[in-house]
Amino acid sequence: MGRGSRQRFDVLVIGGGPAGVTAAARAAECDVRVAIVDDNLSLGGQIWRRATDGSMPDSVRWTERLRAAKVTELCGLRVFHQPQVGILLAEGVDDIHELRYDKLIMATGARERFLPFPGWTLPNVMGAGGLQAMVKSGLPVHGKRVVVAGTGPLLLAVAAYLREHGAELLRICDQASRSSLARFGVALLRQPGKMVQGLRLKKALAGVPFATNSWPVAAQGEQVLESVTISREGTSETIACDYLACGFHLVPATELPSLLGCEIENGYVRVDDFQRTTLPEVFCAGEPTGIGGIELALVEGQIAGLAAGGRADEARSLFGERKKRRAFAQALDRAFQLRTELQRLASPETIVCRCEDVPYSRLSQCSSWRAAKLQTRCGMGPCQGRVCGPATQFLFNWNPDSVRPPIFPVRLESFAVTAGVSEPVYQEVTGGHG
Amino acid sequence: MSNLLTVTVNGVAVEVASQATVAVAVVLAGQACRTSVSGQPRGPVCGMGICFECRVIIDGKPHCRSCQILCEPGMEVRTDG
Repeated sequence: MGRGSRQRFDVLVIGGGPAGVTAAARAAECDVRVAIVDDNLSLGGQIWRRATDGSMPDSVRWTERLRAAKVTELCGLRVFHQPQVGILLAEGVDDIHELRYDKLIMATGARERFLPFPGWTLPNVMGAGGLQAMVKSGLPVHGKRVVVAGTGPLLLAVAAYLREHGAELLRICDQASRSSLARFGVALLRQPGKMVQGLRLKKALAGVPFATNSWPVAAQGEQVLESVTISREGTSETIACDYLACGFHLVPATELPSLLGCEIENGYVRVDDFQRTTLPEVFCAGEPTGIGGIELALVEGQIAGLAAGGRADEARSLFGERKKRRAFAQALDRAFQLRTELQRLASPETIVCRCEDVPYSRLSQCSSWRAAKLQTRCGMGPCQGRVCGPATQFLFNWNPDSVRPPIFPVRLESFAVTAGVSEPVYQEVTGGHG
Repeated sequence: MSNLLTVTVNGVAVEVASQATVAVAVVLAGQACRTSVSGQPRGPVCGMGICFECRVIIDGKPHCRSCQILCEPGMEVRTDG
């Protein structure tokens, strides 16, 4: 029998990145009881991860506002199930928490899209954001030879970060064409702050070869990565390196909104002007409603927080800024669309589902994601399709099927609660703000 | 330096920064985190707890996502599970 707590909040925020932090702070400033839940050990999400060095003033400012407004911080908890409307279950290191709410704001963020190519499963081939997260988590890269490849604005930010930490940046490869990136550059001119960021990156990356129309076609190595072969304008080149940081832009994390039954439109959670989903009293902000970067997340989070806190007029005053930021999101989508050549990178033997080691040749015989799951176990491993799902969607045009609880692998005792065969000993937690 | 600590990876001592994750220790040790179902070596990919490629055994406890767990002095990490 497990242990656990039972707590109730007026507004419950899931996700501690920029959208979640701003939503929680704004809602709590409306004098309601607010909690924010995140599966990491501290707030900040991926982009504000360990932003304690003063390099991200927004992170400090919003975290201070959140604390001043007495938001309850529930870190290290992973939401895995909704036993009934208005209640979510979350798993901690060795306990289970029942979280009740009147209003819910989901700010579950995004993750990188990974695409299979021969050798992509070798150790030291990581995501672009993945390698950055590892460096933020203490991995020294001084003097290490790194190739950054894939697509999206994250590549440049990651490359600059790695270089600041002493890595030798051999190449940055973006599969986007030079002309689509040029159009994206023009769109940036209309975004306040983006030009400054762009110029800063340009300075930080001075001298690093940057190639457009370029992508990885194979990684080589015996037990660990030794080199990567890059395609560029129809020619290929092999570069010896220690790390390949490779990601193909971002995909929204929509498992929780899907589990709850929110309408998903073209892969994104559908929301109205106040960031309300199609479910009553359930809001969504940030990347799950459209990949738009941190500035859009900050304004959507605020709108959701104010709307959930009952200050619709204040929320409305931010609509203009959100509109501007959404234009940037649309420019992102256009600039970094994946080219069809990438669908042919995998060879028949290339592993596509890394959890179950399902090769491309077995998947190419399947008619749908569901058929692939049943016939090959693709997507049935612990990542639950978070890596191979977006990949097969791009490779085979498969649509993910419905999400079932638990939305994350949980301990057996947590699963027993999900299945209704066991109930933890809950301790009521009251007090706090309000 | 006081901001370093030592863990062991498959019995070999590895020195890491005090706030480093277990995944960092495994990479620094030059080890793969796990062996896949068809026998391939695998290491960390996403760095944020979703890909499950960085699973290791920590102090006897299997299936730990090493990118989500901080090193503690004397921690015993095994990758051969």
